[in-house]
Amino acid sequence: MVKEVSPLEIERNVGNFAYPETHTHDAGVGLTEKTIHYISDIKEDPDWVRQFRLNAYKTFMSKPMPTHWASKDLEAIVFDNIRYYLSAGTQPKRNWEDVPDDVKRTFERLGIPEQERKFLAGVEAQFDSEAVYSNIKKAVGEQGVIFVGSAEGLKNHPEIFRKWFGKVIPTGDNKFSALNSAVFSGGSFIYVPPGVKVKHPLQAYFRINAENFGQFERTLIICDEGSELTYMEGCTAPKFNTATLHSAVVELVALKGAKLQYITVQNWSANVFNLVTKRGIAYEDAEVKWIDCNIGSRLTMKYPGVIMKGRRARGEVLSIALAGDGQHQDTGAKMVHAADETTSNIISKSISIGKGRATYRGLVHIPKHLKNCKNNTECDALLINSTSRTDTYPAITVRGTGNSVQHEASVSQVSAEQIFYMQQRGLTEAQAMSLSVNGFVNDLVRQFPMEYSVELKRLIELEMEGSVG
Amino acid sequence: MNQLSITNLRVSIADQEIIRGLSLAVPKGEIHAIMGPNGSGKSTLAKVLAGHPDYKVTAGEVLMDGEDILALAPDERARKGLFLAFQYPSEIPGVTIANFLRAAVQARLPEGEELEATDYYAKLYEKMDLLEMDRSFTSRSVNEGFSGGEKKRNEILQLAMLEPKYAVLDETDSGLDIDALKVVANGVNSLRGPNLGILLITHYQRLLDYIIPDRVHVMIQGRIVRSGGKELALELEEKGYEGYEAAVKDEVGEPAMA
Repeated sequence: MVKEVSPLEIERNVGNFAYPETHTHDAGVGLTEKTIHYISDIKEDPDWVRQFRLNAYKTFMSKPMPTHWASKDLEAIVFDNIRYYLSAGTQPKRNWEDVPDDVKRTFERLGIPEQERKFLAGVEAQFDSEAVYSNIKKAVGEQGVIFVGSAEGLKNHPEIFRKWFGKVIPTGDNKFSALNSAVFSGGSFIYVPPGVKVKHPLQAYFRINAENFGQFERTLIICDEGSELTYMEGCTAPKFNTATLHSAVVELVALKGAKLQYITVQNWSANVFNLVTKRGIAYEDAEVKWIDCNIGSRLTMKYPGVIMKGRRARGEVLSIALAGDGQHQDTGAKMVHAADETTSNIISKSISIGKGRATYRGLVHIPKHLKNCKNNTECDALLINSTSRTDTYPAITVRGTGNSVQHEASVSQVSAEQIFYMQQRGLTEAQAMSLSVNGFVNDLVRQFPMEYSVELKRLIELEMEGSVG
Repeated sequence: MNQLSITNLRVSIADQEIIRGLSLAVPKGEIHAIMGPNGSGKSTLAKVLAGHPDYKVTAGEVLMDGEDILALAPDERARKGLFLAFQYPSEIPGVTIANFLRAAVQARLPEGEELEATDYYAKLYEKMDLLEMDRSFTSRSVNEGFSGGEKKRNEILQLAMLEPKYAVLDETDSGLDIDALKVVANGVNSLRGPNLGILLITHYQRLLDYIIPDRVHVMIQGRIVRSGGKELALELEEKGYEGYEAAVKDEVGEPAMA
């Protein structure tokens, strides 16, 4: 059989390299109002954006770390030691040839241009603070689809951008959304006009190259009435000894009858704090679906959410978290029902390896006055070793009549007998474990686009190889 | 040295000795049956041969075609050609039989060599036909929700696909009705040949009506106490193990575990 070649090979070791920095713009270490002005100056922000940033900075400073409910490990982030803006220019190139050589080499090693040719409708590649490359296929652009960086979006398309920016996720939603709002740079702005169904996915690739750095991309996607879009993001960073911060905000808007699918395969190195706020609004008959795969990072806190604002809106979160030794995946979903006959579905699978820890937090909210809303939550945890840990914190408030929720949770462990059985068939211990893990996530992965399921399978194999002594 | 030979094997689990100086040789091409009462150590022997980590070999050796396998990991033994059909096969949720077997076949190929899917499925379907298995069987998760008979047939299917040099069948007849037993026996008989040695562990003579062994060994309290031809099985069926158990008691005293 032809060997299955993943168009999205971003394996852990492939991502673990860094080129010397050649930044011309550097906001220095630490965060003050001066940093904000520096970023606004470089990016030539309109006044309203500068003001938005400054307000957000105040909110960020006034908010405590959420350690009263979240991991104390957050205290290891020293905001004064982080660099908040690094770039070699603010204009992304439209031609791959124009991208600087070292950056080009980085993305070529990660296979990005090859994937663009193969199956993507458009690609944006972000290197530290700014996109270095952004391109949309001509045919897709001609349909009126806008796919640009956030800076270009707010400057060239203010009539759409301003209407939605910060509306799905307000600055003060949490400390890290406030931080992002203060220093955001990069990320995508996408608008799909009414009725346009974008056949192939748009992709963004986020790469951290610099040490002691914080990446704060900001993505806003608006699918106008009856349109359809799949957006995929990939992330890697080299292994540094110091903490790196990735704190993105992603806002999705699916207007009446639109379908928006957002897929993440995150493969951060083990020094990255990944604290991301992701939320979508689904209007009447619209659907927002998050497919979220979290592999790697030191601590991930991410709870993609959907606010179902119109009748018959649908929200879905399918997530897989793999907590390797020493890692903590604190993930989940938020489903806020705000109209009748809305349905939501959460399927979460987590795997904890070694001393890895997976936490599921799920919020489902159906208020009293609504009718015929449904939520289904399934949350399964797999423990590989006796030292592995999993916790589940569901918060479900369902009131009123005619609304239904279903919640199922399970914890299972890969048993020694199971591994022995597979070894007796000739599989190594690592192969046996990765097969078990793949089996555990299989029914979920089958719902992913092919490119991602193949990639995910490979990532799991790599992770398991590393975890067996 | 075309045989699986066990010499003076002693095995303990949690300081209790279960196999107590067992010697046995299964030449390639032959089927040997081990019969014995419950608790005689038959299943322990099966697991020890396969390398189960819970058991400690305190003395003796096990040679497969002259090579000592006791130091090898379970998967290395398997790839060198040792197969164990489990009495209680594990479930592997979410992993289909087709994918599981494919991974197992792939694991036997030299590094860098990729299994041809068409060849693989052709062979898989051929073996399934042999075992009168429905094609849809391979898309089910390994042993998940299987009946006793389905589990045992799945073991034999794997045996057929992996083509080992030596196979240990641990109580493959248990939990089977007579029709399922015949199907499994037919499967084993069809695999019988000069390139495969089989050690058949069973509690009852019933299976040996369908799979005729070359030799029969009686195992009592961790040792082989008598060996003979296929007629020995019939004798055991008639007289039971009591005579042997009494004799062993006289000879070695109560086992430590009793």
